Amino acid sequence: MAAISTSNRLWSRLAALLGGVLAATGARALDLPKDRGEALVHSYSGGGVTANGPAVLVRKSVSDQVSLVASYYLDSVSNASIDVVTTASPYREQRSEYAVGVDYVYRDSQVSLAASTSREPDYIANRVGIDVIQEVFGGMTSVSLGFTRGADDVGKHNAPEFSETATHWLYRVGLTQILTPRWIASVNGEALADAGYLGSPYRVAQVFGAAVPERMPSTRSGRALNLRVLGDLGSRDSLRAEYRYYWDNWDIKAHTFEIGYRRHVGEDWLGEVGLRYYSQSAALFYSDNAQAETLYVTRNRQLSTFNNAGIGAKLAYTVSKVPGQYDFKINGAYEFVRFKYSDFTDIRTGNLYAYNANLLQLYASVTF
Amino acid sequence: MSARRGTLIGIVMLAAWLGGCSIQPWVKPYERERLADEMMKFSRDTLAERHIEHTREVREGARGATGVQGGGCGCN
Repeated sequence: MAAISTSNRLWSRLAALLGGVLAATGARALDLPKDRGEALVHSYSGGGVTANGPAVLVRKSVSDQVSLVASYYLDSVSNASIDVVTTASPYREQRSEYAVGVDYVYRDSQVSLAASTSREPDYIANRVGIDVIQEVFGGMTSVSLGFTRGADDVGKHNAPEFSETATHWLYRVGLTQILTPRWIASVNGEALADAGYLGSPYRVAQVFGAAVPERMPSTRSGRALNLRVLGDLGSRDSLRAEYRYYWDNWDIKAHTFEIGYRRHVGEDWLGEVGLRYYSQSAALFYSDNAQAETLYVTRNRQLSTFNNAGIGAKLAYTVSKVPGQYDFKINGAYEFVRFKYSDFTDIRTGNLYAYNANLLQLYASVTF
Repeated sequence: MSARRGTLIGIVMLAAWLGGCSIQPWVKPYERERLADEMMKFSRDTLAERHIEHTREVREGARGATGVQGGGCGCN
């Protein structure tokens, strides 16, 4: 009894102290996201795949506390990737994604609800999510919590009898901290869980040199931790550095390093250059050509040992601006990425597979 | 001492350090002008970031903690 009483007192004191920290935020309030429009044309080409299309987004406040957002994103995909050309026929298809959201701001808190649906001829993915941001410590610290649940319907071309489902749960937590008048940092963590059909009905694995349908586990649990810092260097330029570590129970471990440099040029231009390096180890059941029969086997190169390195640049030009009223920009971005696989053989040549990819974005954005 | 009680005391000490030991916000609102500049945003353009994130998610084994919420798809 005495132990319980001591424990309760400790919890009470803890709650009081944490309450004190939260109460020390003053009268500062979070800003509602600004009204905004974006129109984007995007393009990806690499490894025999091209995917391009338009996307639009509109955000509008309906009161001083509530903002609504809606977006549409189209991917027109032409797929002649190494998997497709070595085991099937190249194909074209479209993916449409519709998303809506609402943000509600009250004093130092923001609550966001979001929903989206992504539709392809053989795959439908639905997502709903909630995120909460709380500013504390005089506005120097932002704490965020979020949850998304996803539900997918998996089909197969010309096989109406094939019908599978997958469910996804994503839990995230984050902290953004102002360090000095020039530097900020953030830590973000996410726990991801998947259950259901997690493979592809089209993909084949290789066992003793023979093609067999891949056999995938029906659950997956992953964790990601991301650290970022961003600083003003003092000459109207800034430097950003990021590192992410990801690990999961399929035994994939991945490191992502990113660095970016931004600089204002004149009154109207903002330029950015960046480097990114990504590497991962293979899933336990990945094999280029399995030499034993196992319960699970895949030759999905997304689960193999590989790395990629990218270099990119981005330029934004302010076409027109009236401070306090609106800001109209046009933007262009390009990234070159080199993918290099350590245990995925191009069966056409017998060499390890590698390819280059190009990403291009052209878009206009207006904030009002 | 049980592990639970040790953890509890650790949390209380941390909370006391955060809340009671004279740590005050050291960057005042009027000192945050530089942080409001566009070049000091982690996240700038929603659609452009969603596109980049999507191209990575369907090709890499790692996911999450980027601050960009993808819509999910069957593309790989």
